Amino acid sequence: MSAKTADRIATGVIYAVSALIVVILAGLLGYIIFRGIGHISWHFLTSAPQTIKAGGGIGPQLFNSLFLLVLTLIITIPLGLGAGIYMSEYAKAGRLTDTIRLIVEVLSSFPSIVIGLFGLLVIVNLFGLGFSLFSGALALTVFNLPLMVRITEQALRGVPREQKEASLALGLSRWKTITSVMLPIATPAIVTGTILAAGRVFGEAAALLFTAGMSSPRLDFTNWNPLDERSPLNPFRPAETLAVHIWKINSEGLAPDASQIAAGASAVLIIMVLVFNFGARWFGRYLHRKFTATK
Amino acid sequence: MERPAVKDNHMEQQGNRARKVVKPHVVEEWVGKVYTAICILVLVVTIGAIVYFVSSRGLTTFIKDGVSLSGLLGGLKWDPEADIPLYGALPFIFGSFSTSLLAALIAAPLGVCAAVFMTQIMPGIGKRILQPVIELLAGIPSVVFGFVGLSVIVPALRSIFPGQGIGIAAGAIVLSLMILPTITTIATDALAGLSAGLKEGSYALGATRWQTIYRIVIPTTLPALLTGVVLGMSRAFGEALAVQMVIGNSPHIPHSLFESASTLTSVITLDMGNTVMGSAHNNALWSLALILLAMTFVFVFVVRFLERRKNR
Repeated sequence: MSAKTADRIATGVIYAVSALIVVILAGLLGYIIFRGIGHISWHFLTSAPQTIKAGGGIGPQLFNSLFLLVLTLIITIPLGLGAGIYMSEYAKAGRLTDTIRLIVEVLSSFPSIVIGLFGLLVIVNLFGLGFSLFSGALALTVFNLPLMVRITEQALRGVPREQKEASLALGLSRWKTITSVMLPIATPAIVTGTILAAGRVFGEAAALLFTAGMSSPRLDFTNWNPLDERSPLNPFRPAETLAVHIWKINSEGLAPDASQIAAGASAVLIIMVLVFNFGARWFGRYLHRKFTATK
Repeated sequence: MERPAVKDNHMEQQGNRARKVVKPHVVEEWVGKVYTAICILVLVVTIGAIVYFVSSRGLTTFIKDGVSLSGLLGGLKWDPEADIPLYGALPFIFGSFSTSLLAALIAAPLGVCAAVFMTQIMPGIGKRILQPVIELLAGIPSVVFGFVGLSVIVPALRSIFPGQGIGIAAGAIVLSLMILPTITTIATDALAGLSAGLKEGSYALGATRWQTIYRIVIPTTLPALLTGVVLGMSRAFGEALAVQMVIGNSPHIPHSLFESASTLTSVITLDMGNTVMGSAHNNALWSLALILLAMTFVFVFVVRFLERRKNR
């Protein structure tokens, strides 16, 4: 076989594989959305699930997922920003920094089920928080924090050196430089990264099985007192999220329409993830335009 | 007291004035330092706590329940509820390794091909179509992969091969889709970072594009490509729900790829909620979690080793 024929065959194979990957994703998304879309209705999105009867919805689960995401971000963002700023601005090259970097790397590669187990042992049992939204949010924080640190660190490293030096030369303190000069410039990148990370959190289930729990109490959506047991806003109630619900009905669902519910819920989850993805891109571009006056 | 009080006072005033000018800066600087240091401390304490708590529970099996390490790692039979409980975790270890290795074997060629396409063949289309596709694939939640695996891949395998369709093959296929983005992204970065001079030299000598790719580009970036594969394997090894949904969950080493099996993660997922904290069965599950934790460290150190090779 001449070198030219080999080149043509190999190029053909690479084209085919790349096309295959695109087809697989299109097939995946198409399958999930087309199978599930027929089942999605206002009733499905707002009503409570049924255990053994048909016609259950995913209302509480959808609410729990969104609420949990908000709680998680409230805890993660300040911690992640702080740690990211430390890594990019304050850490001096040396053994300590190398160790911290290793720790972030290890933490980011811990399996999410192990983080869930840690949550069960420490947050749920030792701290006595029980199966609750708050426990779930803490577990998801552990799961999300390394990513948040990396996003912040990279965003800050992307800030032009001249702007940082100009600010320091004007006599501003390092902290003032970071908060008033560098963070605004890094915001588009941080926001994009955070929304993408939020999409990941939204679909996470393994870390939540043993922290936020696999059941949802009857919620009274007219009761907005965050301390009441039946209030949806109470962060100390057990809460099954959408992703956990999909897992549960797939493995032990008793309702006769379990597979349709799984399909519908998967479609909702995928649509939300797509919204997060495209939203992140769009919003990042928008912020970038707004902050830098470029087209 | 014969010390010149006036001079002292004067100096103090000066010092005060100087301090007044510096003060807000110093305070600001300290706020920043303390705040970021606390954040880092939280990270460090968290990982320390994870390692400590999981190990302390995981080691109870050996200390209190008298199971030997070799018995756990090498035992073939897992039957914790029997009269004479048996804690042989080899079937799960086998399941975890075989699914993640197979997944890496499927995903690595695909991912490297995609990376080559995006960097060497058609960067334009690659950036505009393939890259968003890979990013979207990375964003799909694992339960959705599990659901698709259960409703598409398992029936497909059942109609082609003998058996139920569930098993290591189904798990490996689902996992390969999940780790494809990891492998592709790292491979793309590595290939894009290759200096143009090497490639141009090869072309100038009359090599075809394919010859350049597999004689120059791939060998030079091999450590980085392997890093991606190892990271992908590490992700596959720790993935719980998607695998649990398609693997069948029977606690023995299967005779074929299409027979029900289990992984470390799947058995933890299923049994942790059904056992009493502190019972021998429960402790054994924590030991399995400890194995997962240890493997994470192994993967991280392999990646570190490969990165050192890359930088040389």
